[in-house]
Amino acid sequence: MIPEIGHYALMLALGVALIQGTMPIVGARSNDPLLMSMAVPAALAQFVFVAISFLALAECYVTSDFSVFNVYENSNTTMPLIYRLTSVWGNHEGSMMLWVSILVFFGALVALFGTNLPAALKANALGVQAWIAAAFELFILTTSNPFLRIPNAPLEGQDLNPILQDPGLAFHPPMLYLGYVGFSITFSFAIAALLEGRIDAAWARWVRPWVLAAWMCLTLGIAGGSYWSYYELGWGGFWFWDPVENASLMPWLAGTALLHSAVVMEKREALKVWTVLLAILAFSLSLMGTFLVRSGVLTSVHAFATDPSRGIFILAILIVFIGGALSLFAWRAPLLKQGGLFAPISREGALVFNNLFLVTACATVLIGTLYPLALEALTKEKISVGPPFFDATFGPLFIPLMIAMPFGPLLGWKRGDLVGAAQRLLAAALLGAVALAAVFAATRGGPVLAPFGVGIAVFVMAGAVTDVVERTMVLRLPPRAALARAIGLPRSIWGTAFAHFGIGVSLLGIVSVTAWGSEHLAEVKQGGSLNIAQYQVTFGGILNRNGSNYQDLIGHFTVRRGGELIGTMEPSRRTFPDRGMATTEAALMSRGVSQLYLSIGDPNKDGSLPVRLYFKPYVLLIWLGALLMFFGGALSLSDRRLRVGAPRPAKARTAKPALQPAE
Amino acid sequence: MKLFHALSLFFVLLVSSHAFAVEPDEMLSNPALEARARAISKQLRCMVCQNESIDESQAPLARDLRVLVRQRIMAGDSDTQIIDFLVSRYGEFILLKPPLSWNTLALWGAPPALLILGILMIVVVERRRAAGRPAAEAAHLSAAEEARLAEILHTDTAA
Repeated sequence: MIPEIGHYALMLALGVALIQGTMPIVGARSNDPLLMSMAVPAALAQFVFVAISFLALAECYVTSDFSVFNVYENSNTTMPLIYRLTSVWGNHEGSMMLWVSILVFFGALVALFGTNLPAALKANALGVQAWIAAAFELFILTTSNPFLRIPNAPLEGQDLNPILQDPGLAFHPPMLYLGYVGFSITFSFAIAALLEGRIDAAWARWVRPWVLAAWMCLTLGIAGGSYWSYYELGWGGFWFWDPVENASLMPWLAGTALLHSAVVMEKREALKVWTVLLAILAFSLSLMGTFLVRSGVLTSVHAFATDPSRGIFILAILIVFIGGALSLFAWRAPLLKQGGLFAPISREGALVFNNLFLVTACATVLIGTLYPLALEALTKEKISVGPPFFDATFGPLFIPLMIAMPFGPLLGWKRGDLVGAAQRLLAAALLGAVALAAVFAATRGGPVLAPFGVGIAVFVMAGAVTDVVERTMVLRLPPRAALARAIGLPRSIWGTAFAHFGIGVSLLGIVSVTAWGSEHLAEVKQGGSLNIAQYQVTFGGILNRNGSNYQDLIGHFTVRRGGELIGTMEPSRRTFPDRGMATTEAALMSRGVSQLYLSIGDPNKDGSLPVRLYFKPYVLLIWLGALLMFFGGALSLSDRRLRVGAPRPAKARTAKPALQPAE
Repeated sequence: MKLFHALSLFFVLLVSSHAFAVEPDEMLSNPALEARARAISKQLRCMVCQNESIDESQAPLARDLRVLVRQRIMAGDSDTQIIDFLVSRYGEFILLKPPLSWNTLALWGAPPALLILGILMIVVVERRRAAGRPAAEAAHLSAAEEARLAEILHTDTAA
């Protein structure tokens, strides 16, 4: 009964989506308030129906209802509750359900909290949102129905893929989808603006919190996925330039560009057309990511052709939405009036520079990801585009961006003073140069480019600090006055500083672990030791341990530093009898922000154990930086000028300019 | 989306009971030669995997290729000779870094071309906008005057 309720609720949601996608838009065109006002209850009803559907599926998983084919395929009674729950989205059908659930959740948020939106904009935006929801609901109902029953229910289900039986699955896909789908809101607002043929700075103010929220979730989702693969796959890589990773990186790059261009639009009414285009692109890339992952086209063009129903459907969604949006853009964009002139050297100019490089980097990733597919389809020739290509092209595009980043916030709007900004960045640049020289001297004979990477990272971090130091005048004013200024600074300024600082932190981690990480591969006998960095790792013996649905073969290791015992590490080989599969569970030991990383293979007949031991210097900085970016985003989001539903009242803007802190 | 990565790995695991990529028993005893072998392995794709180098991959094919690379090194081949040999045997698909050719011209040319195109677009838009500005307004105040005006207005309101 429960699965049928879920199935039926999803159909109802589709019906509501069709109403929500037509009536309010018709209302906005004919200026009919009644039709327009239908958008809000429809969006809420849509959310309720999809939520019922999603909860019904979750209920099937929790109660292990194996009469449902999807549950039978991906769950098992021996799995702990948490993994039975996360396996809801650990498969194709369920992950699409999660996608739609998040989509309508965002729609409901707009309906609930967008009370101060102009009626027509809100009606159009929710209408567009409904079209996306309808497309994906139709996709689930026709090609990926998770509620399909099996006539004779089996007693036990198959298992969730062991690699997915990990807390990472609870966190990573939902975060990523929150990011992907969050951009649907900006997309809907962009289309709504194009439908109306009107756009202004207020539009940017309404849209910016959504961009920020989506960007924050995507940042955390990507970082979480990176950490997951780092510890799960057993050799400690944190980024592989895998097409699937690229699929999440592209919307992030476009979203980061959008975040910055929306600032220009909000403050200066400039870059309107460009911002609308970016809003369309960010979500288009999210859709494309979904397509790439879900259609199987990445494995091979041929794999796609053998089971095309799902792939073709998503491809159709892709063409209709991206093609439609871009056509609408080409048709209506000339109507949008440009405003806000600025000199090339200005805050706006710096943000244009940011956009130029981010979008080029994004296009590079896109081309690198799709090129082999296109080439194979056109010429039958197969080539590989792997990490060396991306390292060679993406890196050079990011370096100018990093160097320019500290200048941006120090330049004034409309016309900036580059020399002045450079003078204020002198201390930061000196710090970077000192770091470069020190690292160069300390690691002679090591990788040549790495010290420059460290120098740039330090410059970026010091530059972010410089911005705050300058604004609070902490070096020139007495502490009390500086503190007052620090408290008075808009939180978005603090947000910028934290996020930019975080980029520097991540860069530092990436550079040091890539350049100075060390690796030790060996076969050790019981009592044997390995030395890495200043650590001595001794193999104590093998233990066996049983988990709920797996068996662990554990290598017990003790770690010493300078003869002193500092801890034990227990990497394991985890066997899942239900699927006859094994995973590698690496052991990690954090030393400050560096880590020792140990993974083992199957023991040899002579009792020795193959061991992979890594020292990863400063590796945790990579994800710490991402957390800082997230925190910066959160600070910015809490800025009252940006808070959802609280735009700055017009009165305060004109009457009390003295209260607006200098920016 | 490590999910997909995990899934691809899952297929790899099905055909392999080996735990790791490079295994200790494959390694050459001479560290310098081994380092060369590792560097070469990182540039070669494991052809049955999703975007993995043979250095990372756990598939049996990758293992065979790693052993082959080491055999060629021991036989005294240079790095380029080894890579050429593998390309002649498996095609350019094996190279993770596609060599520059007519087929990959668009690939390698795209990033710089796009950057230049972007700069040109910005310049053109900027020019057109400057030209399209109402002549009267432009004649009215020079840039310096405008700045001065803004400054006066600013000090006025802040006071």
